[in-house]
Amino acid sequence: MSPGQLDLLGELESEAIHIIREASAELERPVLLFSGGKDSVVMLHLALKAFWPGPLPFPVMHVDTGHNFPEVLAYRDEVVARHRLRLLVASVQDYLDDGRLVERSDGTRNPLQTQPLLDALAEHRFDAVFGGGRRDEEKARAKERVVSLRDEFGQWDPRNQRPELWNLYNARHRPGEHVRVFPLSNWTELDVWRYVDREGIDLPGLYFAHTREVFERDGMWLAVGPYSAPRGAEAAETLTVRYRTVGDMSCTGAVQSEAATVADILIEVATTRISERGATRADDRLTEAAMEDRKKEGYF
Amino acid sequence: MSTLLRMATAGSVDDGKSTLVGRLLHDTKSVLADQMQAVERVSKEKGLGVVDLALLTDGLRAEREQGITIDVAYRYFASANRTFILADCPGHVQYTRNTVTGASTADALVLLVDARKGVLEQTRRHLAVAALLRVPHVIVAVNKMDLVGYDADIFARVAQAVTAVASELGLGHAVAIPVSALEGDNVVTRTSRAPWYDGPSLLELLEGLPAAQDAAAYAFRLPVQLTIRPQDASRDPAFRDYRGYAGQIASGVVRRGEQVVVLPLGLATTVVGIDTADGELDEAFAPMSVTLRLADEFDIARGDMIAAVESAPVPTQDLDGMVAWLHERPARVGQRVLVKHTTRSVPATIRDIAGRLDLDKMAPQATETLALNDIGRVSLRLASPVMADNYLASRRTGSFLLIDPQSGATLAAGMVRGHQAFSDEMTIIPGQFWAWEI
Repeated sequence: MSPGQLDLLGELESEAIHIIREASAELERPVLLFSGGKDSVVMLHLALKAFWPGPLPFPVMHVDTGHNFPEVLAYRDEVVARHRLRLLVASVQDYLDDGRLVERSDGTRNPLQTQPLLDALAEHRFDAVFGGGRRDEEKARAKERVVSLRDEFGQWDPRNQRPELWNLYNARHRPGEHVRVFPLSNWTELDVWRYVDREGIDLPGLYFAHTREVFERDGMWLAVGPYSAPRGAEAAETLTVRYRTVGDMSCTGAVQSEAATVADILIEVATTRISERGATRADDRLTEAAMEDRKKEGYF
Repeated sequence: MSTLLRMATAGSVDDGKSTLVGRLLHDTKSVLADQMQAVERVSKEKGLGVVDLALLTDGLRAEREQGITIDVAYRYFASANRTFILADCPGHVQYTRNTVTGASTADALVLLVDARKGVLEQTRRHLAVAALLRVPHVIVAVNKMDLVGYDADIFARVAQAVTAVASELGLGHAVAIPVSALEGDNVVTRTSRAPWYDGPSLLELLEGLPAAQDAAAYAFRLPVQLTIRPQDASRDPAFRDYRGYAGQIASGVVRRGEQVVVLPLGLATTVVGIDTADGELDEAFAPMSVTLRLADEFDIARGDMIAAVESAPVPTQDLDGMVAWLHERPARVGQRVLVKHTTRSVPATIRDIAGRLDLDKMAPQATETLALNDIGRVSLRLASPVMADNYLASRRTGSFLLIDPQSGATLAAGMVRGHQAFSDEMTIIPGQFWAWEI
């Protein structure tokens, strides 16, 4: 077979590596957002491949809401140690402790991540931020560029984006501005899982079916834990669940699932009738444009 | 093996593009229940009698408020053996630049035409963009057939008019399909309401399109993205002296042991290794991302190109190109710009604006400037050479951006028309491609 043709995952992988190398070469101080969630794990895997046999030429950063699953934090630290990465942590808890931010009445901390993120970018003068966002996740993300400009306040102006042509990414920006770079733009949830399967990538255990004490709120199964507990008529139950997304414990829901392996999950994702954010993210249910509004302010 | 097809949709305002895209997503079962419920809820809140599938794609607040599509939205759906990346491009005249954006990566363009309206200025413009950007496949969806009673004569008239314009532009391969995005006729499943039509549905046509093989078939080109030299940072001592040149193969095939030339140095050497993190390869082809090791230690940096020895591009500081002007501030002769070509960005001056294309007359016209949405021909003088191919031969190494050096804004999408160095080899057949005849 010559000339050959890449299959779907091969083409997506090659495109992502190209994007990562472009941004790394054109920008002075990149950083990769790493939460231990599957998209950031896959992005890190691709970044390590992009520079092999060299080391990752930039640090990784985690915006820690203070409500993260302990097993995800342990996973994060293990990955950082295994690949000898430089990890920076931007802590929402610090901001709450000293009053720069106040807890929201609904208890969700996802929207609170924006300020610590932007402050950390300014402090370290990062000019490129790799994010694991995918266009299939959400309607506002579907309009996002691969290399996307943020103004000096970290804001996204969706109505005034640069046209993005061929594979020529324009990362030029003025002092104080930065770009967000999304190497997984063209991947779907199913592509991510197929790639995890093909590459044998290990993920935090809570992506796989396990028993957990949960309670139902707004049609989602939330974990019983230090940051979220049943109120009023809500009752705790022990169910077999897994997480489709990994985020703040207080607003990330589990789904009932028996999928214990990547192969099981591939079948589940291919046949699901509910989107991953719809199933599991309370913060995206606030309004039709919740993600757009957060993104405009500088959220990832 | 599941393959990828990149496609774009375009049309005029109210042609029903977003509805068509919504229909493709819905009928390929790519819309999940909660997304559909949200669309149903909003349709009801807006007092619409039917579910407005356009709401699936109009993602921004302003778009939903105004009921129009402002920006390119990317959508993903799959059939049994093909995955589609769809760039949904807005039709409003101000936003033609988005169609250029969508078309630049598309293997196929689906152009919507309202069966009641036929060819509009936007239709011509979009076909011109498809021709200019060399989208390999063009499909004309004659939409709203339900509103003309699935009339065979109306379809034939519109299809004839559109394909005539397409042929003028050198798009002789354009195919027309009668559809109703609202009713779902001939989008994914064939309809019985137009028994006079015996062709495939839109999705069937898209599934059957041959994958674009141009890139892999053309001569080998690898624009160097970066040099990988771990030195002391390597954990494995075996890689302390490693030196590789990383990049995505823009075209062609490279094999271990083959002679290549490094440009603009112009020095020949041998490929001694084709590396990936998964191991060494005997050969690699476009669009693979690889790292090449070479026999000689030349001074090679980002922006250089590793190419096949035969038919290697000749480095040039003079570019003659077609451009789609994408910025509010018009182009002028003498303007300083940055040319971004593959992995190389160089300062340049617009030396001449040869003309612009009058889309109504489909004829070249003398002009001093190029305004937003204009398609024209410019010549550029570059501060240092680029290794350009003719866009007709290679989309990857024949395309460039013009960037404002001060604001960083993207000013124009450019396509290399040819330059003196190879004008003798690359003769364009007259009439085959209008854009190159200005």
